[in-house]
Amino acid sequence: MLRSRDDTRPWRGAYAPYDLVKELCIAVGAIGLLAVVLTILFSSPDEKPSTIQQWSRQLPVNFVTTAVKELDETSDTAEYGPPYNHSAGSVQHFLFLHPQRWLGVSHPIDTARDYVIGPLKTIPDDPALRSALAAYQAAPAKTQKAWAEAYAKPLEEYAAAEEEGKPLPRTVAVTASSGEVSVQASGAGPVPTLMASLLTLAKSGGLDGSLLTGSQFFQTDYTEPLLFMADGGLLERRAEAQHLLGEQWGMMNETGSYPGQVWLWLYTFWYQIEPFKESPSADLQVMLIMAALSLLFVCVPFLPGVRDLPRRIPIYRLIWREHYRG
Amino acid sequence: MSATANDPAPQRPSSWTARVREAAVTTLPPEKLLPEGQPTYVASWIYVFGVASLASLIVIVASGTILALKGPAWWHYTGVGHFFNSIHLWAVELFFFAMVVHLWGKYWMAAWRGGRSRVWVTGAVTFLVAIPCALTGYVSQQNFDAQWISTQAKDAMNSVGAGAFFNLTNFGQMYSYHVLLLPAAVIALVVAHVLLVRRHGVVPPFELDKR
Repeated sequence: MLRSRDDTRPWRGAYAPYDLVKELCIAVGAIGLLAVVLTILFSSPDEKPSTIQQWSRQLPVNFVTTAVKELDETSDTAEYGPPYNHSAGSVQHFLFLHPQRWLGVSHPIDTARDYVIGPLKTIPDDPALRSALAAYQAAPAKTQKAWAEAYAKPLEEYAAAEEEGKPLPRTVAVTASSGEVSVQASGAGPVPTLMASLLTLAKSGGLDGSLLTGSQFFQTDYTEPLLFMADGGLLERRAEAQHLLGEQWGMMNETGSYPGQVWLWLYTFWYQIEPFKESPSADLQVMLIMAALSLLFVCVPFLPGVRDLPRRIPIYRLIWREHYRG
Repeated sequence: MSATANDPAPQRPSSWTARVREAAVTTLPPEKLLPEGQPTYVASWIYVFGVASLASLIVIVASGTILALKGPAWWHYTGVGHFFNSIHLWAVELFFFAMVVHLWGKYWMAAWRGGRSRVWVTGAVTFLVAIPCALTGYVSQQNFDAQWISTQAKDAMNSVGAGAFFNLTNFGQMYSYHVLLLPAAVIALVVAHVLLVRRHGVVPPFELDKR
């Protein structure tokens, strides 16, 4: 019968010879060998990254649709909020907790300037583009918005029809040989010229380079190009094919049939159930739950009930069966 | 010759070095740090998973050091690089597997008993710190997995304000966290954990009442 409280005393019984260093050396050898065997059998995944060039070539309509939203500042990134800008589209809070707001804008991104206007200004010797840029920048914000919306409307109808499997509207056409996108949009001002030039720049690979080395030659921050690509459809399309979407247990998986970050199962689990599944502040709520659970996990020795369970469920009898038999 | 009442009392060493040495040797004398025997109850397969966790960490650090020496892009264009990347990946999977079994084993042993709560706490914190250590590895891969995981996981970081100083889409920052800051934290925690185990010894079995 077990005693009711912790009166564990230092061991005064017998000792047996035990070579700790030898044990560690054997363990390193065995684990190393096991890792080599798993490597030979399964290798590791390495799907090539997507580029803006690939995106603009494979999904030119999606690229232009995303680009005009960046110009109009209605994309996910433009409406995100801290740490990228002062919008509120993805700002989360829980009760009185507003950590996203508290930490502020640490990586400022102006989608119109950084993704469209800035890269277009790097294109030399194009009087039509120069004139379109000048016209766009000289126009009042209200006119700029009206132009962008007029251009975006047929593209949104095209995207909706594509998603629902309906006949595609003829207001948007893609030239198969060149991948050029023509949009029949009246009242779009200079926006069609801007978008056509940006698509050409992207297809050449120039936009990848422009977004990476725009501020300095050496740099390792991919935030701008990654957020731009995440606003579009190529990454999501690839992720869905590789079972990586949120509703497919998301980023705890990795490409191919590899175990991925299985230790994130509990974190990912919360996103699969209500109320978190549809909550606009799901990330913050799940992070708070996991922080609380992590704290409880660390404090197990001090939690009445949780710390007493091992006494009540005699798994210890299996672990120390030799000892108790003696 | 025997000591007399007139002998001066032993003085506390004045140098900081000597004080640290004396404190270290008093807390953990060599025969306790590296004993040649263990209590007879240390006889179960469950004990293997503690040393397996340690061995996995050594393989992770060794393979990661080779990858770091050659640079983050090396493994994408050479077979040898891919081989070491695969070893690194599988050692990480083995590390987490061994650690989870080790933690469950220690839970059912109530291994915090007898003044060993710090042993449990350092072990649990090691597990928690190892998670961002692995995550930063996944987003430093420079492939599609890195693109997708970083753009998806950024929302959770941003929601708690961590995105301001832990930007998953910033490869350079994540690489620094992955090869230096977080491994240093994991290794320091593991060293503390092992030293605490050596100091307090392996937790004895529950004592049964003789009645």
